[in-house]
Amino acid sequence: MSNNKAVIMNLLPLIPMFPLIGMIINGLIGKFLPKKLVHLIAITALLASFTTSVIVVSKLVGLPEDSRSVSIEIFKWINVGSFGVSFSFTLDQLSSIMLLVVTGIGGLIHVYSVGYMNGDKSYSRFFTYLNLFIFAMLLLVLGSNMLIMFIGWEGVGLASYLLIGFWFEDSANAAAGMKAFIVNRIGDFGFLIGMFILILTIGNLDFNSIKIAVDSGIITGTVATVATMLFFVGAMGKSAQIPLYVWLPDAMAGPTPVSALIHAATMVTAGVYMVVRLNFLFILAPATMTVIALIGAFTAFFAASIALVQNDIKKVLAYSTVSQLGYMFLGVGVGAFGGGILHLVTHAFFKATLFLGAGSVIIGMHHNQDMRNMGGLKKRMPITHWTMLIATIAITGVLPFSGFISKDEIIWRAFASHNTIIPWINYVLWGLGALAAMMTSFYMWRLYYLTFQSGETRLKDHHVVEHIKESPKSMTFALVVLSFFAIVIGWIGLPHLFYHGKGIFNSFHRWLEPLVSESEAKIHVVHNTGLEWTLMIVVSVLVYISFFWARKWYRKEISVNTKIWAEALKPIHTLLYNKYFVDELYYWLIDKLILQFSHKVLWKTIDYIFIDNIIINGLVAGGSKTLGFLVGLFQTGKLQFYAFVMVAAFFFIFYFMTL
Amino acid sequence: MVSLNLFIALGIVLFFIGLLGVLIRRNIIIIMISIEIMLNAINIMLVAFNRYKFIENNDGLTYSFFIIAVAAAEASVGLAILIAVYRKRKTVFVNKLNTMSN
Repeated sequence: MSNNKAVIMNLLPLIPMFPLIGMIINGLIGKFLPKKLVHLIAITALLASFTTSVIVVSKLVGLPEDSRSVSIEIFKWINVGSFGVSFSFTLDQLSSIMLLVVTGIGGLIHVYSVGYMNGDKSYSRFFTYLNLFIFAMLLLVLGSNMLIMFIGWEGVGLASYLLIGFWFEDSANAAAGMKAFIVNRIGDFGFLIGMFILILTIGNLDFNSIKIAVDSGIITGTVATVATMLFFVGAMGKSAQIPLYVWLPDAMAGPTPVSALIHAATMVTAGVYMVVRLNFLFILAPATMTVIALIGAFTAFFAASIALVQNDIKKVLAYSTVSQLGYMFLGVGVGAFGGGILHLVTHAFFKATLFLGAGSVIIGMHHNQDMRNMGGLKKRMPITHWTMLIATIAITGVLPFSGFISKDEIIWRAFASHNTIIPWINYVLWGLGALAAMMTSFYMWRLYYLTFQSGETRLKDHHVVEHIKESPKSMTFALVVLSFFAIVIGWIGLPHLFYHGKGIFNSFHRWLEPLVSESEAKIHVVHNTGLEWTLMIVVSVLVYISFFWARKWYRKEISVNTKIWAEALKPIHTLLYNKYFVDELYYWLIDKLILQFSHKVLWKTIDYIFIDNIIINGLVAGGSKTLGFLVGLFQTGKLQFYAFVMVAAFFFIFYFMTL
Repeated sequence: MVSLNLFIALGIVLFFIGLLGVLIRRNIIIIMISIEIMLNAINIMLVAFNRYKFIENNDGLTYSFFIIAVAAAEASVGLAILIAVYRKRKTVFVNKLNTMSN
């Protein structure tokens, strides 16, 4: 037993070390290395990381249930007075799940990138950034205090910025990168202030110390509410929730493996991870929990509705990601922390599959991303087609694919959890969740049919059409592995209904129990098996309805029927197609309101008239002129006057000193 | 033997004569002579104290030699400056040399 612990402590620091080494090698000399060696280094680093993770997690399983939390301090980092931060890592139930997801999916996406980025002139730079990202993400999930987490938090933000703007020769891509970075900064500001509040209250940022402070009542409800609200602002930025979600759709400017790895599977889930990590703190603040659940549900609904009408294959998936992240927040907001993390895991697999599939399609289509030009790719790209089909079924929530299991749990808990602040809100949450599930089914099947079915490829350029073929093995390999997990990964956490107390299938929740059960017990959940079955069936029926609907509209060539509908619903279509004009609203707010206000009021009035003319030119300049004149009177230029003053001063001082 | 007080009195009187000369006289040559008088007033006191109070060592004597050497150097530099100033301004009166005034 203690042997297991020693092994974990020895191996844990190695896990983030491998990608760091890979990053340093590729970053410094990658330019001069052959391409084969570059991706070999990067993939080996990830493989080593993944293998080590599997070993430490298997050792963690070997530990008794109540001591499955191993910390190791690497060095003391900050030590000022009573405030101290140590650079230390913690492996527990939650970080072990994240560890496997990050290194596993990250590794597969590295393999995929070999095919996707083949021929790019900045090959080594790409793998350097990918390794940097994995390193930062591992710091984020392994850190045993908020500051280490924050290093990772900022590190993944940096990696995301670098990768979104990877093809920076096109200024639109660079702008998308900056947008992501700036919007994230707004969130990070909240995160930072939240940390300051915790430092002020308990003088420490260790997750353990925060837990102890919560248990002993040092952190009161008010402090918890303020701090958690601020942390959630950080989560909004990183995990793309309303109102800070605007960067994520633009982040699709980056290479597709990046979209899959960072903007779908791992980084964007950091906010959910953080909330679950601090579940004991969030549970103290019912107001924050309500806000999280509402924002989550609303984001799920809102983003899904935008995804209904987008034509860019990656944009649909981007809004789908925002929507699924909304589900996760809905889950943790109603106290289903396990459900939120389960959806995080299942989503990571099926969304990575979808994005990588989309990347494969984009390569096949010679970088054409418009779904209106696709169609009939089923024959030309069979592996991509089948894996995408599996992932589509998984995300729409069809039994027994993984998406059903996690999504059903969240939607059911949204209905069954009692909210102490607004008692009736669970109906709203459930309604939004169910409608979003319905729309998810519609836009995903629309994507599937437009891309792979509906007649022949609609691309005009016949030269390109003839050359559409399946992607290289490195890409399809990753797709096949990921789609396999997209089917089965949900089975680790089957709903209670299916086995009635026999704990064998429920391994996921049993695994997380020591971390979250205390908090989950504080939320009152209605247990009604009949109601649970009913709601499950209702949601499933909604999902099937929209499947048939999408099938009817998009299976064949885009039919006349569809066009009539689009014409009839034109105002709604325009609204959705333009993403509710949110970007325009933000642009107006910043350009017209803030910039004009800054220009007219702050600059022309306050700065120019008040500060420059009155204070600087008036008070400061006048004051120093007068003072200078007075002092200048002493500067007679007469040597003997100076000497006299000196002697007089000497006697003056001498006189007082001898008193 | 003459008492120490007489030497101290002589030193003080000479020092103030020198100081007064520096403050009152306009001619730079006179001012420099006055400075020499002040320095030598100090020398007299140093030597007297050494002789009367610290007979066992020669610190006061050593200091006075230093002062004499430094005063000689200072006088030579001062006179050189004075000649340069006179060549440029055709005057040796300090109240005329007031270009540093406000």
